[in-house]
Amino acid sequence: MDFPILTLITFVPLLGSLIVLCMPKEKERLIKQFSIAVSFIPLILSILLWVNLEKGGGIQFEELVAWIPAIHVNYHVGADGLSVPLIFLTALLTTLSLFYSSFTIKNRVKEFFFLFLLLEMGMFGVFVSLDFVLFYVFWEIGLVPMYFLIGVWGGPRREYAAIKFFIYTLVGSVAMLLAIIGIYLNTGTFDIIQAAAMRPFVENFTLGALAFWAIFLAFAIKVPMFPFHTWLPDAHVEAPTAGSVILAGILLKLGCYGFFRILLPMFPEQFHRFAPIIAVLAVISIVYGAMVSMAQWDLKKLIAYSSVSHMGYVMLGLAAAAFAIGSKDMLTSQAIAMNGAVFQMFNHGIITGALFFLVGVIYERAHTRDLTAFGGLASKVPYYYGIMLVAGLASLGLPGLAGFWGEFFVFRGTFAIAPVYAAVGAIGIVFTAAYILWKVIQHVFLGPFNEKWANLTDMETYEKITLWPLVIFMVLFGLYPPLIVDTINAAMTRLLSGL
Amino acid sequence: MNLIGLLSPELILLATGLLVLILDMAFHGKEGRREWLPFVAIAGLIVFLIAASFLWGTHTSLLSDMMAVDSFALFFKVVAGLSTLLVILASWDYFQGKTPYEGEFYGLLVLAALAITLAAASTDLIMVYLSMEFLSIGSYILVGYLREDPKSNEGAIKYFLYGAVASGIMLYGMSLVYGVTGTTNLAQIAQVFAAGKLTDDMLWLMLPALIMLLAGFGFKIALVPFHQWSPDAYEGAPTPVTAFLSVGPKAAGFAILMRVFLAAFPAFQLDWAAVLAAISMITMTLGNVVALKQTNIKRMLAYSSIAHAGYILIGFASVALDSPSLFNGVNGVLLYLLGYLFSNVGVFVAVIAFENATGSNQIPDYAGLIKRSPWLAGTLFVLLLSLTGIPATAGFLGKFFVFAAAINVQFYVLALVGIVNAAIAAFYYLNVARYMFFVPSQEESHIAIAPALAVALGVATFATLLIGLYPQPFIEFANQSVRLLGVF
Repeated sequence: MDFPILTLITFVPLLGSLIVLCMPKEKERLIKQFSIAVSFIPLILSILLWVNLEKGGGIQFEELVAWIPAIHVNYHVGADGLSVPLIFLTALLTTLSLFYSSFTIKNRVKEFFFLFLLLEMGMFGVFVSLDFVLFYVFWEIGLVPMYFLIGVWGGPRREYAAIKFFIYTLVGSVAMLLAIIGIYLNTGTFDIIQAAAMRPFVENFTLGALAFWAIFLAFAIKVPMFPFHTWLPDAHVEAPTAGSVILAGILLKLGCYGFFRILLPMFPEQFHRFAPIIAVLAVISIVYGAMVSMAQWDLKKLIAYSSVSHMGYVMLGLAAAAFAIGSKDMLTSQAIAMNGAVFQMFNHGIITGALFFLVGVIYERAHTRDLTAFGGLASKVPYYYGIMLVAGLASLGLPGLAGFWGEFFVFRGTFAIAPVYAAVGAIGIVFTAAYILWKVIQHVFLGPFNEKWANLTDMETYEKITLWPLVIFMVLFGLYPPLIVDTINAAMTRLLSGL
Repeated sequence: MNLIGLLSPELILLATGLLVLILDMAFHGKEGRREWLPFVAIAGLIVFLIAASFLWGTHTSLLSDMMAVDSFALFFKVVAGLSTLLVILASWDYFQGKTPYEGEFYGLLVLAALAITLAAASTDLIMVYLSMEFLSIGSYILVGYLREDPKSNEGAIKYFLYGAVASGIMLYGMSLVYGVTGTTNLAQIAQVFAAGKLTDDMLWLMLPALIMLLAGFGFKIALVPFHQWSPDAYEGAPTPVTAFLSVGPKAAGFAILMRVFLAAFPAFQLDWAAVLAAISMITMTLGNVVALKQTNIKRMLAYSSIAHAGYILIGFASVALDSPSLFNGVNGVLLYLLGYLFSNVGVFVAVIAFENATGSNQIPDYAGLIKRSPWLAGTLFVLLLSLTGIPATAGFLGKFFVFAAAINVQFYVLALVGIVNAAIAAFYYLNVARYMFFVPSQEESHIAIAPALAVALGVATFATLLIGLYPQPFIEFANQSVRLLGVF
């Protein structure tokens, strides 16, 4: 493609946010419509990106301009089969979130839409950056708008949740900063692709391990992996609906993406050596996250903890692939595990995104998320029940819906490489089914009808419009996974062949 | 270039300072005319900066090797000029009704800027001492400028007592150096050590001598344990003076520290680098931890500026001028100072704007500022992010360079303590943001910002973002400014 598509995708939201900043704050309608319109530009461009992506063609759509020549920092962006689905996911969820918020956000409208577009830029920036400093800049910039989204529009404990989110991520990222500098001093480049090809600290395993763990910390906090997950329930629960959607849908993926783009290609030796530790943490995340989910009586908290569990699958697939680095006969299983992990990232984005929207829908009406307060709503709000059922079943991995394939691939790959971890991790699936069916479906929709909710109304049109695209993707990728897996597989095969 | 040409920046500052003082007397009793005094000071400073720019690339020494004209000194001329300019803009409306002696203030401020430029150019211990005393005495008066205000007086007295002791100790250290080497000239001192003729019964004196020198320099920079004066002086001083103290004298202290240690004592680098690394760690940790508890924003910024001195010191503790790396430590210090100058003075400008409107310096009173003045809240937030070290701001660039310097010389622990501190600092900076944006206020009245303050705030914010987003020219400037006379 001849025009700088990635730059446009990244910076159109910034431009939009600056224009919003200049609008008079009384014109709320205009601000909302304008922001949504702006968010359609990257959405359309990201579809174009996916259509034009050459599968297995490595990094494409590259742009390279010197930014700070004095220290060899470039504006280097590019995308491949790993990042393109995530860029699309970001664009999709942002547009839906803005649309949904234009109906639900009532106070400080201008600030909300300004920050949301700024956040979108930060997320795109992380997915397209191929220069370490650039990556870091976007990584940190995204923190600020989310801090405000939680802190201003969040729930009762929003201030605590906002600062906790900020500090946790900051601690991880400053550790990564030291590693970035170390890698530069060792390899002489900030370029992620070049540095990966040069294998930083190849002569000194210990220093390499230090850098590895420093970067690991930054990504593991973001994913989040047990034991770094404690910021997540607070942030997710307190954030406004759209904030939770983006947090779960995209921000967690930034961490996972970092593992694939940076940590694995750059430190395969360390990754291989430490794979057992990572796999153990992943399995704990899966099982522990699911168990804690099951213990929740707050619907939003339940879904928040389910993210810890679901992200565990991603990390398990990755750890399994790292286990097998060096053994050539495992290549297929490695690729399957990695495909599953990336597919799971995408699925979690649409499924958990949908679930958080659904939590928002009921909370807007009932002003409670207490699972014991509901019951028998299925006949009262059948439309809502239907959508919740699809999203819930997708989340627990019902075959035929997208969620199934991610988990299936991860376990198929992992069983061949590290069967014990896969076996223990599979317990998580059982718990997931339990909390979705028992806690969510049964407590809210089935059983005797709670007369308190006699006046409950079913979903409004705007809520249906927000959720339908996500449901369509759950079904579409569930019935015909090659639509996305082909793209991912080509990128993962290439990545593995480079290790 | 002749002597007058080479000294022209200093002479311009001297003339401006004296002119303001004389005009202040001449305008006595003529209401309205004194309002022109800040313009005179600003014009003088601008001419000073232009004159200084002509010295770009000139490297020579003056007055029997008492002073250097080099890129390093030029850098600090720029820092002194810019910080004084911003502080004058910030003081415009501050003194209205607080003191009748407004005119002298600008004169003293310009003379303090002169002292900073002299300090940064000194290449002889005598000159170092004299310029530091010049700067100190000016600073004491400025801190105690509000004669009717007991807090201002208390701050000045504390500052003076600490300063007198510190400079006494420093002078004793200098006399020890002279006793060992027989000279006060920095380059000659280095030559004496390089010749290697000194025996151990003389050389052992150097460690106490260096520590004594450090007491004097550390006092100006407010390094732990020479920092105790600063919270009280910062809180008591008129806020524009606090802004100046947090940048100008600190920069002068760093200039002298770097020049003296690099030019005279390169032979002892292993010793002083270790001591400085330890002091750096203690300074940033203490500064940040104590800042967490402050409820007065000026005191919080006092401790935060102590912490920043610690970060800056990382760069100099990790100095490696002969290293092939881009991160030689000194350029990190310079870049950090440049970004810190705009960000920190900018924060103080915002604090002054708030103080002028509300009379308060309590952080909880910043509640709901976003409603009362979106621009003040927005710019203050950007500047606080810069102090936190978030990318796309000048503060990040400085931290990046000093941490890189530490890793470059394998001071991993120093770098680690640095980043842990950066995370701690985020708490108290964001606490201000929390009040501004999250906490609703009882008071809803709009806060108007005076034009001069708006200009200062705009310039500081713009420069903070510019350095963060397009750092290339500033990095080049810092790289050039590393060139110290007699070291390169």
